[in-house]
Formats: sequence, structure tokens, C-alpha cells
Amino acid sequence: MTAELVRGQNHPLPQTRLEIRVSAGTPVVAAATLGDENGKVHGVEWVAHPGTPTLPGLEVSRQAAADHRLAVDLDAVPDAVHRVSVLLALPAADGAGPARFGAVAAPFVAVTGLDGGEVASFTLTGLDTESAVVALELYRRQGAWKVRAVGQGYAGGLAELLTDQGLDEARRLAGGIEEAVARGLARSVPAPPPRPDGDRTRRTAAPALGPDHGGAAARTTPGPVPPATPYGSQHAPGVPGQPAPQPAHPGGGDPSAVTQPTAPAAGGPIDYSHPRRQNAAPPPPPPTAPPAPPGQPATPVAGDATGWSMEERLYNQVWGMFEDLARTTAAYRSAVDFADARMEKELDQVLSDPLSRIGGQGDAAREAARARHTELVARAKEALDRDLGQLAAEAEVVEPALPPAFARWDNPVWHAYRVPMEIPMALRLGELHLPEAARVRIPMLVRLPLERGLWIDSGRTGSVDGPFADSHELKHLALRTAVAHAARLLAVYPAGEFTVQVIDPAGAGAQGLAPLVQTGVLAAPPALGAAGVADVLARLTQRVDLVQMAVRGGAADSLPPGFDTSQQLLIVNDFPHGFDDRAVNQLRYLADEGPDVGVHLMMVADREESAGYGPLLDPLWRSLLRLTPVPDDHLADPWVGHAWTYEPSLAPAGSQVLQQVLTQVAAARRSWDR
Amino acid sequence: MTKGQAISLQKNDGGSLTAVRMGLGWQAAPRRGLFGSRTREIDLDASAVLFADKQPVDVVFFRHLVSDDGSVRHTGDNLVGGVGQGGDDEAILVDLQRVPVHIDQIVFTVNSFTGQTFQEVQNAFCRLVDETNGQELARYTLAGGGAYTAQIMAKVHRSGQGWTMTALGTPANGRTFQDLMPAILPVL
Repeated sequence: MTAELVRGQNHPLPQTRLEIRVSAGTPVVAAATLGDENGKVHGVEWVAHPGTPTLPGLEVSRQAAADHRLAVDLDAVPDAVHRVSVLLALPAADGAGPARFGAVAAPFVAVTGLDGGEVASFTLTGLDTESAVVALELYRRQGAWKVRAVGQGYAGGLAELLTDQGLDEARRLAGGIEEAVARGLARSVPAPPPRPDGDRTRRTAAPALGPDHGGAAARTTPGPVPPATPYGSQHAPGVPGQPAPQPAHPGGGDPSAVTQPTAPAAGGPIDYSHPRRQNAAPPPPPPTAPPAPPGQPATPVAGDATGWSMEERLYNQVWGMFEDLARTTAAYRSAVDFADARMEKELDQVLSDPLSRIGGQGDAAREAARARHTELVARAKEALDRDLGQLAAEAEVVEPALPPAFARWDNPVWHAYRVPMEIPMALRLGELHLPEAARVRIPMLVRLPLERGLWIDSGRTGSVDGPFADSHELKHLALRTAVAHAARLLAVYPAGEFTVQVIDPAGAGAQGLAPLVQTGVLAAPPALGAAGVADVLARLTQRVDLVQMAVRGGAADSLPPGFDTSQQLLIVNDFPHGFDDRAVNQLRYLADEGPDVGVHLMMVADREESAGYGPLLDPLWRSLLRLTPVPDDHLADPWVGHAWTYEPSLAPAGSQVLQQVLTQVAAARRSWDR
Repeated sequence: MTKGQAISLQKNDGGSLTAVRMGLGWQAAPRRGLFGSRTREIDLDASAVLFADKQPVDVVFFRHLVSDDGSVRHTGDNLVGGVGQGGDDEAILVDLQRVPVHIDQIVFTVNSFTGQTFQEVQNAFCRLVDETNGQELARYTLAGGGAYTAQIMAKVHRSGQGWTMTALGTPANGRTFQDLMPAILPVL
């Protein structure tokens, strides 16, 4: 039976293995401290927090989240520990998010047993300017554990809270926790595009059905039903407020022509319609899947999502696949976790039952528990495989239909590459996959123009071992990755609308940068030496200032004549080599202010090498989207928060595609400059 | 149907349900004060709790609109109600074919977040609809229904190869589904 505690009230704990559930209306950090009989926390190793999520008997989440589940095993905590305090804190607000608990809904915490039964709960009401709070404490009393509702808040945040618990390094640890949380936030893939609800679910896989529920039953929720004829009623589902992109890429090499034979936009080489006038006429109808035969999932079709153009539909379809894969995997993992927990509980019961020691009864019960586990996991796997099969089939038709900006480098669409007239809506940065489903690769598409700079991490990553342990090799790969990303950006922007500059102070990247240098797509040769660094940074800083002034003054016309209005990308290799304090400050300024005025950074760096700057550079790394040159599971999806393995998009070994594309870009730039 | 009546539901053709919707509607409170600026808004919330073997596994409510597995979706929080003419102001959609294999029961609840009892709310109802054909399976009138702030509406549970729904209509009290957990456990 649940005890609803009020502040100060305590309650006995019937078990020692517990879960503490936290639910707040806004992302919060959950942490726990261990205290001795006087309540003193002896050191940072007595604190479980996102940077160090696991202590003996205690595990907290690595990320800030609106809901948490903390696992506690009081039998496993050291004997010297007499008190476990559960803390909540609002993530340090970098302008975003609430800064005090008074501004958010009262957090709710509950202590539950492993079977989910609630033991005690507590709603933390009455908080105001506090940004950190001790929610509960679990404490030993005469050999047994009890829980007390505390609700003590601190306006000075975690630092003040930890100081109050007698921790000497409180302030430093509080900083460290905030840093770990911010890293967690920086890890997440940007939020998905707004999407009319239900446009994906209509095609979800249906298990085999009886003959009386034919194709209609395969559409299990009421999403918009695709029109059966071209020019049906497909007006509504455009994404409001989004400047919709251009119509499908015209041209003979347009892969969408293959899947969209009835659409006039894809029929001829030239599209005469005004690209911004799309409200006047309905967009070409999306390709519709033929009705599924009874008992079969619908055949996947590329572009089977809402959107004003083939490009937008493919973009939405890819994001839809991303979400579907995240959710079906969540269902699978949840089922397996449940099966594991149930089997463990049943085996414990067998062990504690004295009858089971007689004869073969115990063995039979254990056998039954294992069989139940196997059966449930098998059914979960069957459901997962059914969905993976459908997603794999969908990926098979979607990948070849993607336009260059979304396509892998080995996609034939790159051989038919022409310098585009319009900026695409998004760019492929690589692929994402999950360990359960290595065969389904989701293109990682980010919106253009870029919202944040990129950091190609040339340092050692968590999952790197063996073949990539060589740091020289890793640096080389990082630069190759950076060049592939830069080449793609150059290729998908119209001629002259994207400019790339390079800082390579020691000339260490000469070999890796060769594709950009030799084809002549750079605005200037890579800047060398401290003088080169200072010169490039000074010019870009001045540019940011100038554009900012013009934008703020509402006088965009007042920029100097001949001002280059293109987007700028600055590739920095070998950081912090060749940087003095002034240059570092300018770089930070560019990272902060640049993205709004079209100036982006691409750092190719090992964070360790600039460790000498201390926390000064933390905001810089945090502001960049971290990508790795080798597969690494550091990106989280926005729905469930799985850790996805990222792999960069690189040209296949021995392929000349990058050079061919860049040569065309350079030629177009030259004719545009004239 | 009346509150408290428990019936098992199967589709007329003998098949089982594949998608259900729980809809909730109520009439906004009349404006008060000289300029109609003082409102005493009524906020009812629909929630769904997913259980595996009587253990809550996931919850869909106004702070978590889609279950992690994607099978249960809330259409979004309505804080003030509608005109009270029968449309759903909040709805929860369940795609039964996508519910994870270990989930064996889903319980639907309604809570009065702003604390008014159902006696004070105008034209409040909740209903359960077979989403595949729009047929209403059960409907409760909440308005005037007694001094309760919550109701455990119904549960859908696995039976054989398909799903069955049992209407519950158990009155309870509480601000969110969390307050209802003690009342839900006996009906599982």
C-alpha cells in the first residue's frame, strides 16, 4: 500500500532492492549522495551523478530527463554508509529551460519495489527560487532501512546543496555534474521535424490477419489515407510555417522520376513553375503503395510521406523510419527487460522455497521459469524481426531514390551530379544504427542551413579499439571525414553560396586536404602559421560583426557593395596548434555568434590536446555537434533516447566521386565569379 | 451504459479489436468576473497505463504523449475543455497490433487536474471507440456523476490471440494517474 508522505515524514522500507521513480514536468538532473552516520559525504566518490552514474548499490541516469528511474540496492552499499540522499536539480540554464523549481510543476518521487508496487511517494510542493533539492533520503535505523520525505531546496543550486552535506569539493563537483549533463544534451540528435500526426502509422506492419480483414486492416490508425488517383485530396498536410522547399529535382538523372511516373514536375528537364508559389497548385501526389494483399504488410514505396515536394517527402519518410526503428526497438528492449526481471524473481522464489529442495520440484520450477523467459523473448524477437524486415525493405527502396544531399557517396545519383540551383532542405551527415538491428541503417539528415557547427573528434572514442587505436591513423580519418562533409556542403549549395576556408597552422593536414585544395573549391589556400590563423579569424570576426550590425539595424542593404553574402564554413585542423589567447577568444566568439549569421565552424580536433585551456573551452565543444570518424555510439534519438551508433558518410575507397563532384563545383564557382 | 457495468467486448463479426480510442470531452467553465478575465478553468486529463503482469511499464499522459514503443498515442493536453457538444477534447489512440508482447493490460483513466469533482463539470463524458470503424463501444456521462475527481474507465486486455475490453467505470479520487495507482491495482 502506498504511503503518501508529507515533508519530514518517514516510512519503513520492506525491501532493500528498490527503484526510485522521479517525474517532473521538465528535464531535471537526478543524483544521489552517500552519507555516514552523521550525514557527511566524504568525497566525490560518494556521489552518483550523470558523470559517474554508478556506485555500488546505486545507479542514476546519465542525462537530464523529465522522468527518471534510479535503481537502488541497499544491501550492496558499503557498511559505512548510513544515508542515501536523492537529489534533483535543474540543468544549468544556458538561457533555455527554467532556472527555479517555482517555475515548473511540483516534482513527484516514488519509491517502488522491483515488482512495481509503490512503497511511498512524495510530491515536492512549495519550492520557489530553489534550483536544487534533496527529495528523499533512505537511512539506516537499527539495522533496517527507512525512507524520509525531505524536500529541502537550495537557491544556490547543487554547489550549495553539496556544501551543506559536508562535501569539500562541492563547487567543483557541481560544475562537473553540469558539464556532464550538458554533454548529454549535446549528444542528442536535433529534434525531429514537425510532422502531421499519424502519417506514418497508417503503414505500420500488420501481422497476418484472417481473410476477413484484408488490406483495410493493415491501416490500423486513422492517418490520412493516400488518394487512390493522382491529384487527389492531398492539400492539407503541408507543414505550416516552414518555408517549403523547391519541387522535386528536375533533370534526367532524377531518381524520383523512376518512382513517380505520373508527376509532371519530374517529367521534363525544366520546371517553369515559380519555386515559392506552391500554394496555388496542389503538390504532385505522393506515390502510393498498392493495396496490400490480405495478410501481407504494404509494399514500401519511396516518398511515401507527406510533403510539398519529393525531397520533403523523402526527408519526412527518413525521419519516420528513424522514429519507427527507435520505437520498435524500445518495445523489444522493454519486453526483454521484463522477461529477465520476471525470470530472476521466479528463480529467487524457487530458491527461497524450502519445498523446492526436495526431489526434482525445484529443478522443474527453474526449468519452467526459463522456458517462460525463452518464450516471451522469442515472441518479442518475432515482433522486432517483423518490423525490421519491413524497415529494411523500405530502406532498400528509399536509399536509391534519395537526392544527392541525402544520398550515400556510392549512390549513382552522384555520378549524374549537377551544381544545384536551390539549397536542399537537409544534408546527410552519416548513418545511424542500433545493435539489435545492424542491417537497418537510417540516414542521419540535418536541416540546412546548419544550426550548429561540427566537431570531428580525432581523439580516442569509447568504442574504439584494435584497428583504430593508432592516434595518427585516427587523425587522418578525422580529416578525411571532415573533407567529405565539406565537399558535400559545397556540392549541395548553388554556386557561390557556400564558401569554405581552412586553417591548418602547421600544414599537417596538407595530404588530407588535397581533394579540396587541388580541385580549387577553396576561397583561398589553407592558412598556415600563427599569422595565417590570426588573419582568417580577424576577417571572419569582422564579418560576423558587420552582418550582425546590419541585421540588428534592419539595414541589410547597407553592407558594403560586393559583400560576399554566402554561408561560410571554417575548417580548423590541428587545434589548438598556432592559436594564441586572442585567437582562441575569437574562435569562441565565432562559435557563439556565427551560426545566426551564416558562419560555421568545423573543428577537427582531439579535445585532450586543448585540455590546457581548462573549462574555458567547454562551451565551445558543447556548442558543436560531435561526429566521429569511426563508428561510435554517442548520439541519442529524440523520442526514447537510445544510444545510436553513428558512422560518417565517406566516399568508397578508390572512388573518384569526390574529385569529380568538386571539379564541377569549382568550374561553377569560376563561371559564377565572372 | 451505466457506470460500474462490466462487459466484455468483441467485434460483432467475431474478430477482435485492432485499434481503440478513448475520447474525453467536457464543456469549458463559464467566464467570470466583470470582464470575463477571472476564469476557473476545468482541466480534465485522460491517461493510459500499460501493465505487464500487473507491473506498470509505461504511461501515456499529458507529460508523456507517446509510449516509448509508439503503440499508444495521446492527442495532446487540452487545459480548458470544449464547447460541450460531443466532440472529444482529448483522445488516446491505441494500436493494439503494435503493443509490445509483454504488455497484457492497458488501463484508461480520467482525472480532474484542477480539482473540480464531476458534479461541477458540465457535459463531461468519456467514451471508447473502435477506431477501425468508428463505432462507439462504451460511453459514460461524467457530469453530475458524484463527488469524485477521477474515474478508472476501462481496460483492454489480451485474451487468446486478440484483445478484449472490459468497461469498469470505477470512481476514484486524485489529481493525476499516479494518485490512482492504488485504485487501479485491484481491477487488474
